[in-house]
Amino acid sequence: MPHMTDERVRAGLNREEDLSLLHEVSMKTAGVSHLEMCIQCGTCGGSCPVAQDMDHTPRMLFAMLRAGMREEVLRSNTPWICVSCYHCVVRCPQEVHIADVMYTLKGMAIQAKLYSDSTAPHFSQTFVDMVETFGRSYELGLASRHYLKHFPLRLPSMMPMGFGMITKGRMSIMPKKIKHMDQLTTILEHAKTLELTS
Amino acid sequence: MNKYLFYPGCSMESSAKAYMESLNTILEPLDLTFEEIDDWNCCGATEYLGINLIPAYSLIARNLALAAKQKNNANGSGSTRTVVAPCSACYLNLAKADYYMQERPSLGAKVNEALQAGGLQYTPGALDVRHLIDILVYDVGVEKIRSKVVRPLTGLRVAPYMGCMLPRPDYKHRWSDHEHPTELDDLLRALGADVIDFPLTTECCGGHMTQIGPETAFELIRRLVADADDRGAQVMATVCPMCQMNIDAYQNEMNHFFGTDYHMPILFFTQLMGLAFGREPEELGIGVELVSSRNALAHIGVEVPVTQEPAAPKKKDEGLPMPRRWTKHEGKEVVK
Repeated sequence: MPHMTDERVRAGLNREEDLSLLHEVSMKTAGVSHLEMCIQCGTCGGSCPVAQDMDHTPRMLFAMLRAGMREEVLRSNTPWICVSCYHCVVRCPQEVHIADVMYTLKGMAIQAKLYSDSTAPHFSQTFVDMVETFGRSYELGLASRHYLKHFPLRLPSMMPMGFGMITKGRMSIMPKKIKHMDQLTTILEHAKTLELTS
Repeated sequence: MNKYLFYPGCSMESSAKAYMESLNTILEPLDLTFEEIDDWNCCGATEYLGINLIPAYSLIARNLALAAKQKNNANGSGSTRTVVAPCSACYLNLAKADYYMQERPSLGAKVNEALQAGGLQYTPGALDVRHLIDILVYDVGVEKIRSKVVRPLTGLRVAPYMGCMLPRPDYKHRWSDHEHPTELDDLLRALGADVIDFPLTTECCGGHMTQIGPETAFELIRRLVADADDRGAQVMATVCPMCQMNIDAYQNEMNHFFGTDYHMPILFFTQLMGLAFGREPEELGIGVELVSSRNALAHIGVEVPVTQEPAAPKKKDEGLPMPRRWTKHEGKEVVK
């Protein structure tokens, strides 16, 4: 990386690490992300069924990544609104793994503690806690912990649904646990020490 | 007898129990044997991937490693390299891990390093990950399915709902189209059902947004239910527990939110197969859906057992007899 000249600083490139943000996100994404190949055509945002609720369309977010706007990107609600429907992924002319990039950005936002609405990160974390405890998802535990914390006002309108799910035998009262939980724990603990760097 | 390794996924034991029960009834007539992967764990759904990458993929890959081990132990006759998942999210996660571990060898190496801590190992590409409907349409075949039909679903107007995570991103090019696949249409037609055109067939049901951003999810659910209703569907057919859960269990809350009054039941396609194969609703988990399929199935002479409250009495039509879809939304739909 060449030394920063005044011209470059005036152009807004005031930190060397800004230039590497796009690359960093690409490297942290599973598979070969093709993120660097984005041509800003906007097909992604145009294909998105939930773009109306996003702070930035995926195209805009990728331009911000290229511009090194780390904080703005990690504060954006876009990755959290993404429903992983893969419409943009199959339409992208550059085959950018857009949904997977969104997963990477969620992880980075959690680590940087930058996304202010905690509902979505908490839900993911609660789900993961259940899986790390039982090896299986546990819907009743997940739902009760999550709704009490984040949507107490939704509870009255949800009661009939929850009651129906339980009386119709569609929600187990007790969690199921896998046999070799110790094995899974060892795998996950070891996995947490690893990072994708190359 | 065709044998497959089977990854049920967590929902099949709880919210989508009806899917499992109905699936069990169609295996034998179609000469299928499913061998459950021993001690499988949750695939992490769409939650773990956004938290921590290597653990998320290791969680998924433990299932692949167990399946591959089971395949090798069963050496010889009847062994299989195909893993079947009935849930679209599980299917995608398993297929994705298998594919990305190949596409990005460094990911494969890290995941295997973690697996080895637990005495496991997985060679990406060793298994074929496929969805249940893929097996039914492409291995069993629509003709064989048609030959088992004893109670054709003639007169039942069904909206075929494929959902999003099944036909996309489609790493192994298994589907007829990414946005308008016809596999489910073909299968339902073979059952004798009146399959309607349903352009939103691969639109998203909202996924986990019902839990974290309900307004976003309700709009997605409304689009699907409203369109199926507009096109005269009596019931939707799904291939995914998450789609069933969102459309079924959250339809009431969605109606509250928009001031609408939709009653669009959604059944698993295996439940409709079971009916067509002559099974009774009780054996197929029909009746545990929260939006009752009672009125819909009455069209084919099937009586759904009442499990809780009886279906609301139908209001008498007022005025001239008009097609239902023309009068449905009057004064009911509130634009946000």
